[in-house]
Amino acid sequence: MIQAFAFYLFAAIVLLSGAMTVTSRNPVHSVLWLILAFFNAAGLMLIVGAEFIAMLLVIVYVGAVAVLFLFVVMMLDIDFAELRAGFARYAVFGTLVALVLAAEIVIAVGAWSAGSLALSQRVAPTPEGMSNIQAVGTLLYTRYLYIFEAAGVLLLVAMVGAIVLTHRTRSNTRSQSVPRQNARRPDEATRNVNQPVGVGVEL
Amino acid sequence: MADYLLRLAPELILIIGGVLLLLAAAWRGERGVDMVTLLSVAVLALAGVSLLGPASTGGDSFGGLHQADAFAAFCKVGIYVAAAVCILIAPRFFRRAGGTMQPEYPVLILFSCVGMGMMVSAGDLLTLYVGLELQSLAAYVLASFLRRDLRSAEAGLKYFVLGALASGIMLYGVSLLYGFTGTTLFDGIAAAFAESIETTGQPSLGQVFGLVFVLAGVLFKISAVPFHMWTPDVYEGAPTPVTTVFATAQKFAAMALLVRVSAEALGPGLEQWRQIIVFVALASIILGAVAAIGQSNIKRLLAYSSINNVGFALLGLAAGTAEGLAAVISYMAIYIVMTLGSFLCVLQMRDSEGRPVETIASLAGLSRTRPGLAAAMAVFMFSLAGIPPLFGFWGKFLVFDALIGVGYWELAAIGIALSVIGAYYYLKIVKTIYFDEPAPGYAPSDSRLEGGLIAAAAVLLSPLGYLLIPALALASGQAAAALF
Repeated sequence: MIQAFAFYLFAAIVLLSGAMTVTSRNPVHSVLWLILAFFNAAGLMLIVGAEFIAMLLVIVYVGAVAVLFLFVVMMLDIDFAELRAGFARYAVFGTLVALVLAAEIVIAVGAWSAGSLALSQRVAPTPEGMSNIQAVGTLLYTRYLYIFEAAGVLLLVAMVGAIVLTHRTRSNTRSQSVPRQNARRPDEATRNVNQPVGVGVEL
Repeated sequence: MADYLLRLAPELILIIGGVLLLLAAAWRGERGVDMVTLLSVAVLALAGVSLLGPASTGGDSFGGLHQADAFAAFCKVGIYVAAAVCILIAPRFFRRAGGTMQPEYPVLILFSCVGMGMMVSAGDLLTLYVGLELQSLAAYVLASFLRRDLRSAEAGLKYFVLGALASGIMLYGVSLLYGFTGTTLFDGIAAAFAESIETTGQPSLGQVFGLVFVLAGVLFKISAVPFHMWTPDVYEGAPTPVTTVFATAQKFAAMALLVRVSAEALGPGLEQWRQIIVFVALASIILGAVAAIGQSNIKRLLAYSSINNVGFALLGLAAGTAEGLAAVISYMAIYIVMTLGSFLCVLQMRDSEGRPVETIASLAGLSRTRPGLAAAMAVFMFSLAGIPPLFGFWGKFLVFDALIGVGYWELAAIGIALSVIGAYYYLKIVKTIYFDEPAPGYAPSDSRLEGGLIAAAAVLLSPLGYLLIPALALASGQAAAALF
């Protein structure tokens, strides 16, 4: 029972916050709605018994989106003073959203411990006596090792490509040369001068 | 234990070699270009040699994700040869284009070859996708390798955006196929197709949708009509050695992938995809031939020529038999040689100050200034047109023979008629070279290597190439037999 209730709750909020992501005018609000959508999607994964994917969604997406959020803040010219000005006005609504999120976490944990949603059919059920993460790991590092490693090469190519296309060596920068610094002796760098009175120093 | 390592040897050699050369490139910088170039060709040769072992006959690894069979070996040989040529011709080109070559160029081609190898030996939709992406990602970077050149940057961006769209479409098809067949393994998908054909007389609607989307994604990579729009722009804008990679190795790999998916995974749905392939093939032949007529840039023209040739190769796939599939890969093998030769000739087109020229008009009267180059160019053009004494004819002959073998007389007749339209613009180039008033001459050749490669390609395509027919027939026959 609680699973079905949790499913409709999460699904409705995913859709709602997805719509809000698209329609809200302020890009920062869009990102916040997106994060709410991801949290709810993670809840959906939790009630079908895929805890690993749920954790992945929270860590990767919410983590990545936080970075995206930073980019948005850096790239767009947003006046934070103006944003803070409406604090009192939005406090009620903000608290409401926070309460919804907190309630959802409680419900999600309840639904999860009550067992996963009974699906009409499962293509690949988790083996008995094995946790979700263990099952994923066993497959990932045995049968799908080939693709896993290939994905690693893919990321390497992406990294190399990004560096090749953007890296340039500038001739006018003064970069630090650690070996040269270490090789330098005090007598090369300093000079004892017996400075005569009334004569300008030599630099 | 060591068994599957041997079956994966070509990929492993390329990855390890690529990573080591990447380190060499990072430490030596632009001073190490020549060393990295030569070593990467050696790595490709080593990977090719490793195909002599279990890598060509060993069978499945990782529960069917990777297949080491004769088909994969045949395609890998073609891919490695084409990639090696594209690496060898690059340093000179980049030096002339201003500045030096970044040593990452051969390394990216090696990683691209890993992706192409994964594609042609894929036994699962996931391998297919990861291989395709690995190959494409390296290709996007290579397309905009001359980042100071606006056209090159534009080509890279255009290719990236459209390629990402095509990948998305294909991934959607993969998820549909997985949803409606319950597996991503080619064998499993074929079994599910056969099962629903047995019970209801046709594959389920979801399966057909998945099939169409997957085919659309792969057809984009071989630039068949109606997914060809990116080809002329990318081929024109990308640096010439990179265009050569796209037109040869990459196209061969994508075509081989299409053949493998069609035969192994979608085999029972032959009636469903045959109509798509026939339409795409005829549309590619017609558009490739007609649109090429008005071109004034030789690289754009060769792009349309590649669209046209892909159409002919697809006709062999439409036959659906082992002979048809053997014809497709034979056609592509011959096509690689013709295209390598043509692009090597394009590399020779430089004005007296050494700047690359790409207009067809500048070829006028080439027979009087550079008779050897003119003769080679004429051989490549006649061969691409499929005119009999040259080897290019043999590929077209095999395709039409396979079509007639399954009773598609009309299709073969239409194909032959359309090849006449295509011949027009190839012959126009030959006419420009031999009968027009000479344009200002090109700079003299400054590379024995390029000259030697052009001569080798021309000899292979001359009637002497017919001596290779028994070997080619044996290899392609074994390769196609491995798919059934």
